[in-house]
Amino acid sequence: MMRRAAPEPAAPGAAAGAGGELALFERPAPPDARAGGGHGAGNGTGHGAGQGAGQGGEHGAGWAPDPDLDDAAALGGARLADVIAARSQGRDPNAEAARRRRERERRRQAELRRRAQWRVFMLCGVFLLAYAALAGRMAHLAGSDPAEPGVMAAGPGFSAVRAEIRDRNGAVLAANVPVWSLYARPDEMVDPAAAARGLARIFPDLDEKALLRRFTDGRRFLWIRRAITPAERLAVHDLGEPGLKFGPREARVYPAGRAAAHVLGGASYGKEGVAAAEIVGVAGVERHFDARLRDPARAAEPLRLSIDLRVQAAFAEVLDEAMKRLHARGAAGVLMDARNGEVLALVSLPDFDPNRRPPPPVRGRPDDHPTFNRAAQGVYELGSTFKPFTAAMVMEAGLAGPDTLVDTRGPLYWGRFRISDFHRMPDQMTLREVLVESSNVGTARLAILAGARRLQDFLARLGLFEPLPVELPEARSARPLTPPNWSEISTMTVSYGHGISVTPLHLAAAYATLANGGLRVRPTLVAGARPPGEEARVISAETSRRLREMLRAVVTEGTGRNADVPGYEIAGKTGTAEKPRTDGRGYDHDKVIATFAGFFPAHDPRYVIVATTDEAVESSGRRPRRTAGWTAAPIVAEAVRRIAPILGMRPLPAPRATADAGGAPARAALR
Amino acid sequence: MTDMTFGAAPARDDVESVLARWWRTVDRWSVGAVLALAVIGLVLGLAASVPLAERNGLAPFHYVTRQAAFAAAGLGLMFWLSLQSPAMVRRIGVIGFAGAFAALCLLPFLGTDFGKGAVRWYSLGFASLQPSEFLKPFLVVFCAWLMAAGFERNGPPGKTLSLLVAATAAGLLAMQPDFGQAMLTLTAWGVMYFVAGASLPLLAGLTALTGAAGVFAYTRSEHLARRIDGFLAAEVDPRTQLGYAADAIRQGGYFGVGVGEGSVKTILPDAHTDFIIAVAAEEYGLVLCLFVIALFLLLTLRALARLAHERDHFVRLAGCGLAALIGLQAFVNMGVAVRLLPAKGMTLPFISYGGSSMLAAGIVMGMLLALTRRRPQRDVTDALEGEG
Repeated sequence: MMRRAAPEPAAPGAAAGAGGELALFERPAPPDARAGGGHGAGNGTGHGAGQGAGQGGEHGAGWAPDPDLDDAAALGGARLADVIAARSQGRDPNAEAARRRRERERRRQAELRRRAQWRVFMLCGVFLLAYAALAGRMAHLAGSDPAEPGVMAAGPGFSAVRAEIRDRNGAVLAANVPVWSLYARPDEMVDPAAAARGLARIFPDLDEKALLRRFTDGRRFLWIRRAITPAERLAVHDLGEPGLKFGPREARVYPAGRAAAHVLGGASYGKEGVAAAEIVGVAGVERHFDARLRDPARAAEPLRLSIDLRVQAAFAEVLDEAMKRLHARGAAGVLMDARNGEVLALVSLPDFDPNRRPPPPVRGRPDDHPTFNRAAQGVYELGSTFKPFTAAMVMEAGLAGPDTLVDTRGPLYWGRFRISDFHRMPDQMTLREVLVESSNVGTARLAILAGARRLQDFLARLGLFEPLPVELPEARSARPLTPPNWSEISTMTVSYGHGISVTPLHLAAAYATLANGGLRVRPTLVAGARPPGEEARVISAETSRRLREMLRAVVTEGTGRNADVPGYEIAGKTGTAEKPRTDGRGYDHDKVIATFAGFFPAHDPRYVIVATTDEAVESSGRRPRRTAGWTAAPIVAEAVRRIAPILGMRPLPAPRATADAGGAPARAALR
Repeated sequence: MTDMTFGAAPARDDVESVLARWWRTVDRWSVGAVLALAVIGLVLGLAASVPLAERNGLAPFHYVTRQAAFAAAGLGLMFWLSLQSPAMVRRIGVIGFAGAFAALCLLPFLGTDFGKGAVRWYSLGFASLQPSEFLKPFLVVFCAWLMAAGFERNGPPGKTLSLLVAATAAGLLAMQPDFGQAMLTLTAWGVMYFVAGASLPLLAGLTALTGAAGVFAYTRSEHLARRIDGFLAAEVDPRTQLGYAADAIRQGGYFGVGVGEGSVKTILPDAHTDFIIAVAAEEYGLVLCLFVIALFLLLTLRALARLAHERDHFVRLAGCGLAALIGLQAFVNMGVAVRLLPAKGMTLPFISYGGSSMLAAGIVMGMLLALTRRRPQRDVTDALEGEG
């Protein structure tokens, strides 16, 4: 601003007024400033004046005399017209140029000042906002509730509650037990070495050296055990180490142990705190109902399953014995209420203890691992147990009745495929005899007669093409395997249960539908299911009645004779299917899945029962026998013998049984 | 006639005394605010530093006595500096910058780290000195001088030079390492650059670029994301310094638990320095915290408001830089305590315990008061020339 004043004394006339005003405030004008810059700052007589002088000296001294020359030289050419114009009007062109320059500079400075002023105000706004945020945050903090420092908050992050699981009669399947977790605060330890030694003695699987290393590497917190017993806690207490601490929490326990392991699945800890830990379901109903079980509002209300623990345990025991006797690789069993689909028992062997759920498999066939649920997760070709579906379909379509003669001359060729029967059969048999003797050829001919579309529709309506909607996460991912390209040969093989793989639970649900009068049931593991209404009808009551009578005949006079139990009127169908070879090339002739699917009592079915064995061999005879009649059927007989009384079923009086089923009691006695 | 009515015109030697003019032209509100802050600091020191003194085996009021001495020295320095003219401030700033910069450069050779991991101090026997505290105000003045020179016709490229200076100083600070001070230095420079007329598109572009880089890093780096999430998380581990500080503020509520009743001062090692506001919040409640916030806001805004009308580039720039320095430092300190900002060790000017901090705060405020003293701004000329 001072340099503007520099040419002032030289500017005559018009510029003089402005110069005079300037002088009001800037008394030490540049000529003075140059002369007395030191005096202005030095004598200290007037602060304002000294100030101004200082500035003037600083800013003006450097170039104040120069710009006239510079500008005159620089602008000489450009402003020649102006110079001439000024001369012609008798004015001093230099003064004109100086005035213009001064005006320009004044505008520039004013512009700069306005901008700076605006920016400083913006800065004020920024600070105001920042401090307002600070004050707001401070007030928010001051207004909130304090948390006790040093103790991790127990509940805000998660809910540590988990409801119990009970069976249909109220027996406890899963419950919580208060336990203690063991953790270390190395910074509070008195003697880490002694602590490590003592812990290694109490828990033999802990390594003393590793513990000591972790106690001394500077960390301030360390979990040692997730859950310890009271005796272990006492022993750790006796170490007298203040840096070893116990945190209360609950442990999920399954009092029934292995029984119902696959249904329950298991649980593990989710978020863990010192004062509590979250229990999370990892499989089975624990996983499926995880949100409901953890809902604090329903914590007091146990989840009631349809499982009957007594039935479950008995069935598992029967299957386990049979598995050992038959040297089977695995076994599965389902007992289902035929009327509403409630599953009373769901067994898969080998099994495991959900209290110590084994880690997931890393190699080998998945269904060999104990946690694999063969009953609801594994899909298998279940063989001739599918024949009743074909029979029901042709009867429902009006194509045949129980006494319709079927051409059973074999073998049957289709392209390079050959369909034959297990043993020599007459050339013509009734539909009833086809089922009783389990003729593949007859069933295939019936399926061809009905056509692929009808068979597919029928199986779909039974729910055999879709994963089951049962309350197990494992089952919901078990999609049945069906032929990718459905040709005539597919129709034929599927009609007797080959080329289609479903779970044993699928089979049980479909049998329930056939047996209960024709209403489709959906399997469930929760107690209190409602029986399906008329809208769920798949087959007519009459077809269902005929089928029951035919399947009863299978047990009284056909392949299922070994399944019969006097007084319980078991009806059902055997199925023996060779297993596909692991290398994917055809089937293995001496490895079979043997299944018996049935229901009882035949005249008014209450329960559906399915038993499956994997690679079972009955070797009491001269030659090893692998067919379901010799492996799965006796299992069902034994299971019903044990389970029916538990379920409160009395054996029917003998005359009724004999009247209904001919010579069945005699055969049963022979066994 | 005039003489008869109003008394004789004052003689030349009867000029206003230095102190009288100081009182007339200085921003008395700011002076009052500084004094209030220093008193609050001493009162809080009575609470916060006693447990520490006991822990260190010293007399209970050892730190309070020292703090009082520091406060006297700092306020004296402030008063002396506020008497100076802007030119003198500039000279002091430039010379001080040279000294502080040299001291900073020599730190790695002559400094000590007091076992805290970063070499930031000179040990003087009876006290320690942290040159970075003194570097900040002098650097701001030096940079303002460079930038103001850049405004002159044919002047040096002041903004570029000042950036070089600021970046070098920030680099030296970051090497200690002291990222908090480095960031503060660069931010103060940024404020001056902004006021000096940085192009807004350039600033907006830089801001957008920084934001984009931050988002990119957040999405790509799991480590960084966890750090940010941890900072943003509603709950903080209550066993950390931050956890204790937040809890102290909660505990204090609106009116505090009562003088001497607080407990955070016994737990936090930095209760008397970086987390003094937590002690204030616990014992005196939100009321005192809001008062302190208001005082700092008053200091900053009053200085900026006065500087907005300033015509001299140097005065305006240096003043804005100094005001930003004090406003930012207070904001960062309190922002950390309430978890508005990630943890950075920074003292609360005039309140936190510490000689360097107190003297440096005195220098900042002294220079700022000197620069914001009322001076003729040629308002009448502007009015006559027809512009605002």
